[in-house]
Amino acid sequence: MKKNNYRDETNSIPLQGLGVSNTGNIDRKKRISQGVAFTIFKLMSYAVVGILILILGFIVTKGIGTISWDFLTKAPEEGMTKGGIFPAIVGTLYLVLGSSLFSFPIGIMSGIYMNEYAAGSKIATFIRIMTNNLSGVPSVVFGLFGMALFVNTMKFGDSILAGSLTLGLLSLPLVIRTTEESLKAIDKSYREGSLALGATKLQTIRKVVLPMAFPNIITGLILSIGRVSGETAPILFTVAAYFLPKLPTSIFSQVMALPYHLYVISTSGTDIEASRGIAYGTALVLIGIVLTVNLLANFLRNYFSKKVKTN
Amino acid sequence: MLFLCIELKRYFIVKRFLEKLVEGALLISGSVTSITILLIVIFLFKEASGLFNSPVIEEGYVLAFNKTNPVKKLSSYQIKEIFDGAITNWDEVGGKEEPIEVVRLSDLTKYYTEAELGSNFENIPAKASELTAKHPGIILFLPTNYVAKHFNGTLLKHETLRPGDFFGGKEWYPTASPSPQYGLLPLLLGTLWVSLGAILLSLPFGIAVAVYLAEIADMRVRNFLKPVIELLAGIPSVVYGFFGLVVIVPFLQKTFQLPVGETALAGSIVLGIMALPTIITVAEDAMRNVPRAMKEASLALGATQWQTIYRVVIPYAKSGITSAAVLGIGRAIGETMAVLMVTGNAAVIPHTLLEPVRTIPATIAAELGEASAGGGHYQALFMLGVILFVITMIISISIEFIGKKKYSN
Repeated sequence: MKKNNYRDETNSIPLQGLGVSNTGNIDRKKRISQGVAFTIFKLMSYAVVGILILILGFIVTKGIGTISWDFLTKAPEEGMTKGGIFPAIVGTLYLVLGSSLFSFPIGIMSGIYMNEYAAGSKIATFIRIMTNNLSGVPSVVFGLFGMALFVNTMKFGDSILAGSLTLGLLSLPLVIRTTEESLKAIDKSYREGSLALGATKLQTIRKVVLPMAFPNIITGLILSIGRVSGETAPILFTVAAYFLPKLPTSIFSQVMALPYHLYVISTSGTDIEASRGIAYGTALVLIGIVLTVNLLANFLRNYFSKKVKTN
Repeated sequence: MLFLCIELKRYFIVKRFLEKLVEGALLISGSVTSITILLIVIFLFKEASGLFNSPVIEEGYVLAFNKTNPVKKLSSYQIKEIFDGAITNWDEVGGKEEPIEVVRLSDLTKYYTEAELGSNFENIPAKASELTAKHPGIILFLPTNYVAKHFNGTLLKHETLRPGDFFGGKEWYPTASPSPQYGLLPLLLGTLWVSLGAILLSLPFGIAVAVYLAEIADMRVRNFLKPVIELLAGIPSVVYGFFGLVVIVPFLQKTFQLPVGETALAGSIVLGIMALPTIITVAEDAMRNVPRAMKEASLALGATQWQTIYRVVIPYAKSGITSAAVLGIGRAIGETMAVLMVTGNAAVIPHTLLEPVRTIPATIAAELGEASAGGGHYQALFMLGVILFVITMIISISIEFIGKKKYSN
């Protein structure tokens, strides 16, 4: 007890001597500035939520009235001011499918190579830098490139094939990065255990590493689908048709696509005012697809991470 | 026994061969991105390379002067100024004092009657030649097939676009006749204005949110905000463009009393929102990488949490925040559809943020469909692609560099 008193005195006396008697004031100032700053940060963070709600809310409330069975299953009519968007939905599905067939195998294999065979080596670093560079290339440059290579040089014409390859290249960096990161997250001891049991490297990857990394890889793949289905610039000159009520017959036919359709009817359609309703509906369908894909990815990630924990 | 041994050996050889085969296949897959970049470079440059060999004058036409005229060369911009009536005397383009007389094919009827030109215009070549010889100040714009065999004048037909006309050109007017204008400046400045506006709007915002997520918010708030930011990143650019077109553009028009709402500012706002997720994610990661010990040391010295944030966390994460900003600018510069839909696409050099502008990506997206493959316009658009590609490469490499610096510290 006595000791404590003594300490208090020694604490306060030198402070007074140094002229720092208004410590309480400084504390309050500090606390106020912290409070103000934190409130601002908090408000700004919730403003981001506000922006999302504003965009989604606007498109949902304006677009929900347009959505009907007919809208989803009929072709556009009367200069795209009436009718539905069925060909555009089908076209987008084809493009997503086509680009996935191209980018998933190559991206996953590339990720496996970087993390399992060349981890830390110069080759892996080089591939990583190139992949990062590729992901920084603007989508419209992919469009130019796809047009020059696939449409003109390889003579695919404006076709699903050309569009899918262009979109596939665009989504490749995302697939590679998620695969690599999923593999990196797996503890080394699993690989060593498998190798110690006499399994070859390939067997280890196939039977041990890949199954464990699978949930995260799937999440990445789903996110890349979301990205691909909303891209417009790369398909402008490689596949997208302004108006084409027929469904595609081969991989060499043109298709309509949701994002391009939205662009066309909101900026250069035959009658912009008359097709506004369709535009809202198209935007809602597009956003619906992207959100579903995102939520699905989120759900899978949570689901699998819980499952791994209980194991 | 021996048989079994051989079988086993063969089994292992096959297996090892298979392993090597798979490794090779994986390596090939790994090289796809590098090959793609190489191909992008090759094809962009290949398609754009003809630009500086493309004629200044519209395909299939020539310009003709009087023989006494000392002017032998005209740049694309000078031709345009002459035909617009902005240059009226030959001494302005290096000739002698002599008023310029602009004559197009359709103007020939002012000098000759229709009978003189012939019922099937069969006399046009002869008359054009005659007219050129008679008028010392003439500049005649003529289709190549109307040029007489022994044309009495100087023909300007092999003039090609100069790099200066492209990189320093102040006008982008690819359908101008007789000389299409491929001036980079308005597009480049438009791109920079819109992108800088976007980053000015979103950087303070993004850093504030990143600080909140990394340092202040508890787990529950984070688990709510993170998916929201991911969703914001997932919305397609064309939807952002549509939202900007129907909400932000009319709003700006009303607020600032503008003739049109499609302005650089509208583009900046939309791009600012689109760049937010990138900036937040990268900046937050950088702040999370600040060693715990540093923060604890600061707090132990009596600093408040806020002091720790702006004296320790933010300075330490400076390189990460810089790359967030650079990455955000990169996204903004390359963004196409949203900008195309909200900026009004007027290819003029902007003076304020409240004017319509046109960016490089928007130009490519809007015009490539109309440009005939291999023509000057087509090559100019690919040259824009090259410029865009070079800009983004510089950005990617500088981010690599910023990242490296952080590790070496």
